[in-house]
This record gives sequence, C-alpha cells and structure tokens, in this order.
Amino acid sequence: MRLLTHNMLSSNIKGVTQGFPLQIEVTKSITKQVDFNPDFIKNMLVKVEWKALVEAARAMGYGELPETVEVGMVEDEDFLRKFHHALLEIHLEEGFLVCPQTGRKFPVCKGIPNMLLNEDEV
Amino acid sequence: MSRHSSLEFREDIRKMPYRTAQIRLVASHPEVYEPCDDSFLLVDALLSDQANLLHHQPRVCVEVGCGSGYVITSLALILGKQESGGVYYMATDINPHAVSVARETLNAHGIDADLVITDVASGLDKRLEKLVDVMVVNPPYVPTPEEEVGCDGITASWAGGEDGRSVIDKILPVADKLLSDRGWLYMVTLTANNPSEICLQMRRKGYASRIVLQRSTEDGQGSMIGSLLSQFPRFPFLTHGDSKKN
Ligand SMILES: C[S@@+](CC[C@H](N)C(=O)[O-])C[C@H]1O[C@@H](n2cnc3c(N)ncnc32)[C@H](O)[C@@H]1O
Repeated sequence: MRLLTHNMLSSNIKGVTQGFPLQIEVTKSITKQVDFNPDFIKNMLVKVEWKALVEAARAMGYGELPETVEVGMVEDEDFLRKFHHALLEIHLEEGFLVCPQTGRKFPVCKGIPNMLLNEDEV
Repeated sequence: MSRHSSLEFREDIRKMPYRTAQIRLVASHPEVYEPCDDSFLLVDALLSDQANLLHHQPRVCVEVGCGSGYVITSLALILGKQESGGVYYMATDINPHAVSVARETLNAHGIDADLVITDVASGLDKRLEKLVDVMVVNPPYVPTPEEEVGCDGITASWAGGEDGRSVIDKILPVADKLLSDRGWLYMVTLTANNPSEICLQMRRKGYASRIVLQRSTEDGQGSMIGSLLSQFPRFPFLTHGDSKKN
C-alpha cells in the first residue's frame, strides 16, 4: 500500500469524528521504483493532505519532506521527486492502520488495507 | 534477471497499447467474479463513450466492486497511457480475494491504482468527497433473498437482494457524495432493478441520464431479458439482460 492510499483513508467506525489520518504501525515496508510522472504528481499535490503525508512518511522512516508546501515548489523538481518517492514508492506491506480516536487497528496484509468493520462497528 | 525481464515486459506494453484489458492477463481465483457479459457490456459502453471520456479529462476515477480488475484496468487503457499519467485510479471490493486478483490484473497491464477492501467506499468517502470525475460500477444486481447480500466470496458478486437493488441503493448515495460537480457514473443495471426509478431518484438530485448501451441477453430461462439502462449526460447508466442468472 503506497502512502497515497493512506492519504485517502479515514476510520469508518460508527460515531468516530476524528478518523483522519490513520496512524501507521509498520511490520514490513518495501520500496518499489516507479517512473517519475510530473503531471500525475502535480495533479496529486492539490488532493493530498500534506501534514498527513509528512507524518506517514516519517512513520515509514522517510523524513525528507518539508513541513509545509509553498507556492512555487510545484516547479521545483527536487521537491517533486521527494514527493513522488513518499507518495508512490514507499509501501506498507504488512502492518496496521490505527484509528486515531478509538485505537481500532485495520490490518494491511500483502500491501492491501482491509477497512471492513465488525457488525457492532457499523 | 527477473527485474530485467519485468522491465522489458513493461516496455512491451508501452509499445503495443491494448484498447482494453486482455483476458489472458486477467488474474483469477475461484471466489472472484470472472469477466462476464455484464463486465464486457460496461467496458464496451466505456469504449463507445471513449471520445466523451477523453474530452471529459477525468482526474480521479473510482470503481466500486472491482472483482478481477477487468473494468478499472480497461478504463485506464481507454483513457490512454498518456492521459492516464495524470489520472488517479482507486478501486474497492468487499471480497478480499477480488482485491488481490485485481492487483495482479493491474500489474500485468502496467497500470497503477489504489485498492482497498471495503464496503462500497466506506473509509474513502471523507477524503474523496466531490473529487471523483468518473465512477464505474457493475454491481451485484440479481434479485435474491436478502440474506444472500454481502455474503462471503463469490455470492457477493451477484446477490442483489429484493429487486436486485440492495447494493445498488447503497451505492447511489455514495456516488452522489463522491462525484465532483462534473462527475459521471457508469453503471450496469437490469430491467428488474427498475432503472427508470433509479434515474428518477437521481434526477431529483440533479443528474441527467442516458443509455450508453443496451443488450438483451437470453439467459435460457426466458425471464428477465434486460433492456434499458438509463443515464444522464452527467450520469451514464446502462442496463442489460440478466446474464448472471443460471
Ligand atoms: C458483478 S461483480 C463485477 C466485478 C467486476 N467489476 C466486473 O465487472 O467483472 C460485482 C462485484 O462487486 C463486489 N461487491 C458486492 N457487494 C459489494 C459492496 N457492498 N462493496 C464493494 N464491493 C461489493 C463483489 O465482490 C463483486 O466483485
């Protein structure tokens, strides 16, 4: 699961109001190289919750992202490449996504997050 | 060596762009819905709407109930590698096996997409609210006893409850929430699902409808021959025959 996926997920448990971002517990992470595509990455820049990405990347052991994004960085290739790496190349293979409000753990197995709830959570 | 050959394989894909997902590259599993008449109908509808889709320039595309991954992979190929460069693809399924199989299918075609095991789009609806430009759905639409809806494994791929509407009726409000102001929904329905009622319901929420493709499928039982589908310019629907009943 790349961090882009993480950035799109919130805890979906009934009654939870502060469900984003999910905390990451890493059992196994991997890096996979992906072709750099400036169009895609620029397009995603406006859709990503930056702070959540910075924290997620840090949880995965990558601390190179700036705390905030300034206008103008969009044209900075060095920045875009770091963003690209954090968003698309770092994968959570095995571990958990943890609801920030309840502590409920959503498993990530073979890189796929499972957000299915038990009956009493819906 | 394996890395080398997989790179070569991807080069290969780039040189010969496929129009849609290749069946021989679609992964399978006994508990996962294999591409069927309804899958082909949906992909053919997307193909026949290719010019509109390209003009629409979607930035975020979502499939609910991706099964083998045949449809979302085809959508990415229809939008084209170059276009796809700027498109974000996300697909969900309630069946964990389906999501694993979809991952293999996407990889085999060199397409990047996010996959999540979830009920409809639960857990994604906050962040994807009003971001989705194209949503594609081939839902479980076969009328069945309500108990069969959402069962484990392959049953979930067809069991649609009363009038085959249980899952569809769960998807519609989610689609309305996720679709952007210029969002489109392509969906397969059966005549038995009462598509005109679906259109009417969505019209009240501001959607128009259009039938992209209609096919009557003889299912050998003579009942329920699909027909109409409805769709809005903002909201392309389709309907067809009951191919899943056997
Ligand atoms: C008719 S199959 C279509 C599969 C694939 N999209 C295709 O066209 O070949 C319906 C799919 O929806 C999935 N599904 C059923 N109920 C669901 C739900 N509540 N949320 C997400 N997916 C669901 C099933 O597991 C199945 O893979």
